[in-house]
Order: sequence, then structure tokens, then C-alpha cells
Amino acid sequence: MDNAVSIKGLRKGYKGFTLDNVTFDVPRGYIMGLIGPNGAGKTTIVKLIMNLIRRDAGEVRVFGLDNLRHEAEIKSRIGFVYDVPRFPEDLRLKTIASALAVFYDKWDEARFQGLLEEFRLPPRQVFKKLSHGMKMKFSLALALAHDADLILMDEPTAGLDPVFRFELLNKLRALIQDERKTVLFSSHITTDLEKVADFVTFIHQGRIVFSAAKDEVLEHWGVVRAKSEGLRPEDVPGARGHRRTEHSLDVLTSDLAAARSRLGEQAVCDQASLEDIMFFISKGNARA
Amino acid sequence: MKIIISNSSPDPIYEQVTRQIKAQIINGGLREGESLPSIRRLAQDLQISVITTKRAYEELEKEGFIDTVEGKGSFVAIQNKELLREKKMKIVEEKMAAAVDEARLLGITRAELEEMLGLLYGEKV
Repeated sequence: MDNAVSIKGLRKGYKGFTLDNVTFDVPRGYIMGLIGPNGAGKTTIVKLIMNLIRRDAGEVRVFGLDNLRHEAEIKSRIGFVYDVPRFPEDLRLKTIASALAVFYDKWDEARFQGLLEEFRLPPRQVFKKLSHGMKMKFSLALALAHDADLILMDEPTAGLDPVFRFELLNKLRALIQDERKTVLFSSHITTDLEKVADFVTFIHQGRIVFSAAKDEVLEHWGVVRAKSEGLRPEDVPGARGHRRTEHSLDVLTSDLAAARSRLGEQAVCDQASLEDIMFFISKGNARA
Repeated sequence: MKIIISNSSPDPIYEQVTRQIKAQIINGGLREGESLPSIRRLAQDLQISVITTKRAYEELEKEGFIDTVEGKGSFVAIQNKELLREKKMKIVEEKMAAAVDEARLLGITRAELEEMLGLLYGEKV
């Protein structure tokens, strides 16, 4: 499988936060979600891919090319959507678009017009008059109009209502009907990823917890719930974190099948959602 | 082809897809040689991951229900009539096994069960 993005040993240190030894691949033709709580390092990774901040160590390859040496070529093939789109406030949408269009070889004006219509964006509107959701749509329309091979988005669904989130996710799914297109987006809204992602990379405190096909994650990870007395977290195969409630001891496991066969009689064993995984790893008593 | 995905089912989604396609092939809803939607198209239609539909098609191919031709897509395989019958028999057998298990749990005797079967078949006992 060839990769649209390949990251090896990536490191970036800040005061009080270090992104360390981040390694994962984004296979071409698929949607990958970068998931993790706020402050986990998602935005840092996105910015490092775009070379908006300088990396301390490691390697980032986009379309097989080093992202520093081939920056211009790579960026012309990426559609980047910020969490909060920023464009000159007083310019009309069509003015912004025609200013940007010159930077892209593959700009498709007809397609752009079609997208404006589809997203119900008035071309003569000035940017600052748009709602957050419309700004997001405009940003996405720009990315799609230059026929980007990689759509890279940082928290695109944050602050959007469910109807538009649904619309956006469908647009992404439609995009990868073309198997040369790839989507990488970060989000802390796990249900969006559960719906649309083919692969999920989970990051916590600057480190990768796992990077795998979503189906596999949902198949293998589980939550075991047992009456508190008698069961210890370490009795659960594949335990990755736990919490105690008034009623039960809940343990996150990455080996649901083993947990089921050992504890199926005395405990409730359910599949874990991405939200469960995020919760237990970041808030429960996690074990690496 | 009609497929309905349940998000609350304990069965993995790829299995729900394979099971429903198989059923439609066996009951004739999908005919020999008929083309199936592409992996990516089906994923979009069902709003599930491409990986899921890919796995479903791979399973169906392994079991001989469909053929995939590079660059052309996937088709309902030409079925060996006897094999198809065998597959159908196996489904009936599985259902009967489930009924027997249930009957044992409830203490229903073999004679009672046979009587039920007779009634269901529309025979006078």
C-alpha cells in the first residue's frame, strides 16, 4: 500500500509539552482520523506536516517526497483547512478565490463555482460576514477546487452543527471515490471519526497510542465491567486503563476476545467506542 | 442490492454486509453474473469505511459467492447448482440446530418438536 503521508520519529519540544517519536503512515486512498484529547499534539502534527513550525527531529514524507525539500510542490497538492479559517476579513469570497487561484496549477474555476452553489455561499459576500460553518465550507471549497490530492484538516468539525458535520463527512467520503485522494483530519469528536474514518491514529500526551484500521480497533478493544469485589484491573487480559464507580470496576482492554473468554461469566464485556478509549486512556488510570 | 446496517448489532459490520449479500445471492435477488457496486461506491452508500466493504467482498470471494475482475469490478459468481443447494441446506441445518438447542433448554421432547415441525410444514399429524 503506498502512503500519502509517512511520518517517522517526529519530534517537537515545547516548554511543558513534547511531541515525541511520532511514527505513522496515512495510506493513499483512505480517510484517516487523528484523534486525541485537547492538547494531545494533534495540531502540532498537522502544522509539522505543513512545515508551519520547525521540527526538532524525524522525517515527514508527503506523496513520497520530503516535506522540507519539496515544500512548494507538496503544498500545491494539499488542500489545507484550518480549524478557524483565516482570510482577509473585508474581501469578497470571489476576490479571495481569484487571488489564491494563481498559486494552483490545477485550479478549476467551474468546479469552484459549483461548490459555492452546493454549499450555498454567495460569491459577493465579504468573508467576515460568514458564520463559522460557512467559513469552514468556503475553506473546503477552495481545497476541493484545486483538485488537491491530500485534504488536511485540523478540527474541521469543531463548533459545527450536526447537519453541516454530516454534510462535510459525506463530502469527504465522496472525495475518496477517487482512490488517488487521501484525507487526514484531526478531531476530538470521536463520533465523526467513527462514522467516516478508515484508519484511526490515537495520540495522547505527544505520543502515539495506536495507529490502525478503525474496524480493527473497534473489534479488539473493549470495556469490561464487573462488580468491584473480586476483580482487579490486572486480572483483565490486555488491560489498558480502568476506573472505579460506585457500582463497578470498569477496565479498558485491547484484547476483548481474551477478556471475554476468561471473564465472560463474571463480567459484562462490551465493545469499546473511540470515546471510551479516549476517556480511559486520558482520564482513567491508564497503563501504557 | 439492498443492505441495511445496524449500529447496535453485536456482529461486525463487514459480517452484516457479507451475510446480506449471500442471502440475496441464495434467494435469487442477485443473479449470476450481475455486477455489484464498487467497494468505494458501496462504502459511500452505506456510510461505512472502505476497509469494511473491502473485507466483506474479500470474504465473499473466498467463499466463492462473487468474482472480482481487475479493472472491471465484482460480479455474482456463476454458481454450481449443487454447491448452492448445499449452502442452502447448511443454513436450514444451522437454524434447526438453534431450534433444537432452544427446545432442550425448555425441556421440549423430540416427539413434541417433531410434531411442531409437522404442523409448520402443513402436515396433519
